[in-house]
Amino acid sequence: MSPEAQARLTAIVVDDEELARAVIREMLKAHPEIEILGECANGFEAVKLVSEQKPDLLFLDIQMPKLDGFEVLELIGAEIAVIFVTAYDQHALRAFDVNAVDYLLKPVASDRFEAALARAKQRLGEPVPAVAELAASAREPGHYAERLVVKDGTRVHIIPVSKLDYVEAQDDYVALASQGKKHLKQQTISSVEAALDPKNFLRIHRSCIVNLERVAKVEPYGKDSHVAILQDGVRLPVSRAGYGRLRAVLDGQGG
Amino acid sequence: MYLAAWIPLAAILLYLLASPGGLSVGQALVMVLPLCLVYAFMCLSAWYSCRGAPLGNSSFQRLALTHLLAAVVISGVWVAIGKGLATLLASFDVFRGLGRNFSQALPLLFVSGVMIYLLAVAMHYVLLSVEQSQQAEKRVIEARVLARDSELKALKAQVNPHFLFNSLNSISALTSIDAGRAREMCILLADFLRKTLGLGEKTVIPLREELALVHSFLSVEKVRFGARLRVEEKIAAEALEYAVPPLLLQPLVENAVAHGISNLTEGGWIRLEVRDGENRGGDVSGPDDAVGELVIEVENNFDPEMPRRRGTGVGLANVRQRLTARYGERARFDVRTEGERFRVTLALPAEKTEGAA
Repeated sequence: MSPEAQARLTAIVVDDEELARAVIREMLKAHPEIEILGECANGFEAVKLVSEQKPDLLFLDIQMPKLDGFEVLELIGAEIAVIFVTAYDQHALRAFDVNAVDYLLKPVASDRFEAALARAKQRLGEPVPAVAELAASAREPGHYAERLVVKDGTRVHIIPVSKLDYVEAQDDYVALASQGKKHLKQQTISSVEAALDPKNFLRIHRSCIVNLERVAKVEPYGKDSHVAILQDGVRLPVSRAGYGRLRAVLDGQGG
Repeated sequence: MYLAAWIPLAAILLYLLASPGGLSVGQALVMVLPLCLVYAFMCLSAWYSCRGAPLGNSSFQRLALTHLLAAVVISGVWVAIGKGLATLLASFDVFRGLGRNFSQALPLLFVSGVMIYLLAVAMHYVLLSVEQSQQAEKRVIEARVLARDSELKALKAQVNPHFLFNSLNSISALTSIDAGRAREMCILLADFLRKTLGLGEKTVIPLREELALVHSFLSVEKVRFGARLRVEEKIAAEALEYAVPPLLLQPLVENAVAHGISNLTEGGWIRLEVRDGENRGGDVSGPDDAVGELVIEVENNFDPEMPRRRGTGVGLANVRQRLTARYGERARFDVRTEGERFRVTLALPAEKTEGAA
């Protein structure tokens, strides 16, 4: 097979260290079929460039300014083959959970790099699961999100969980309510629930998660459902099962 | 000591036998002296019953029953001995009438015997608990010393693996871009590692050496971060010879790089200040208060929006523990966050290293 017949691939390299990007750049020199569309030095840039350019392949560092590698993946939400490149080995399991093509450790060995590239090419023909969804829900056990990230056009909003009031499911989206504003994100409410610390957040309804600190009171509503009233007056539906869980938590706090 | 404690008891007994007991002083004296001596030894048996029924895990009823029973038996035996002694003495002319007089005093003697025995029990419990608390205290101190030693060993000579891997990655990049700089960085890294390993062996080093380690660390990180890493230093020259525990400052600077600069797109700054803080608290009285203080401040900017990385605080806690282990109350450790500035201040007694004038 001649090189011309090979599919051309596009790639973006994301790393905050210039020298680390240089290594990838150099290793890609041996692969003329791969075109580097651009390089990014932080999470924000990466989200923007990847959304605009839609590359086939992404070389992604994990510890970066602004957004970490997993948050970047969560926000780009595209079908993309990701190769993590990092000095930290403790994220390997999480990388596997988000269906990354490979996980390269710095300093990067060229045979590992070639193997990763070969796997990426193989993967390109296959359907890719929703990376964003996976990235949002992939967490190490016992560790919960400290902040949620949402993309609004080209802007990225960062919502610390302490400022998250409630989460509402809306068709394929969830609305994250924080400080009087609602941010829409393409994610299931179950995966948002999984990311949040159950000590502070409770699923009170099929379509609703509430920050327990915001609940002012709970009142009966209709025959066998209730309504939770938040400190700012927002009323949220509480299902029968949700009411049971809510009572258990609130009574537990009282005693 | 123990027998001396019996002198007041003997005096009381003497008084009891002589006045309500109806014995003459001579009679009472001749009875009380041997009786007290015998009872002093008999009461030592309380030690066994106290050991057998420790205060902590026996019910009150059981305790009361055990000791009362023992008191009655021991006192009974004692009174019987007294009776025998009295009968024996009464056969001598001098002590005629003692037998009868003593028989009248028997209930009194019995009750006294019970009381004295119970007193002995109480004393034994006090002694036992004192002994126990001393032992417990000793164990706590031993454990603390052991924990401190192992802690110090564990805390020393730690090279952060991520720092090492990232540096190696930089070298790997430089080999094809600029072989000369690659070699230079190899040497910088080797220099840092050699210093770290060497200093870890010592208990204190001059601040000068710790600063050299910090500079060595920063020159490696400057290759990685380039213009993103800016360092500002203000070091009091007279502080350079003060003794500090090794690897006290370097982890703080490393922390500033990991949680500050590396999260900032445009890079960040680290401010390192060392002051000779003489006359603590501005008090300028007398030579007693003139213990100088070495004040070290490490400040950096950071992105408050970034979530705290796992491992944040471990390095700081480590430094704090080592300071406390070595200086106790004489050292201070203060961490402050103001907006996007993070500052660690530590103060320790300004002591010259041995050998340095």
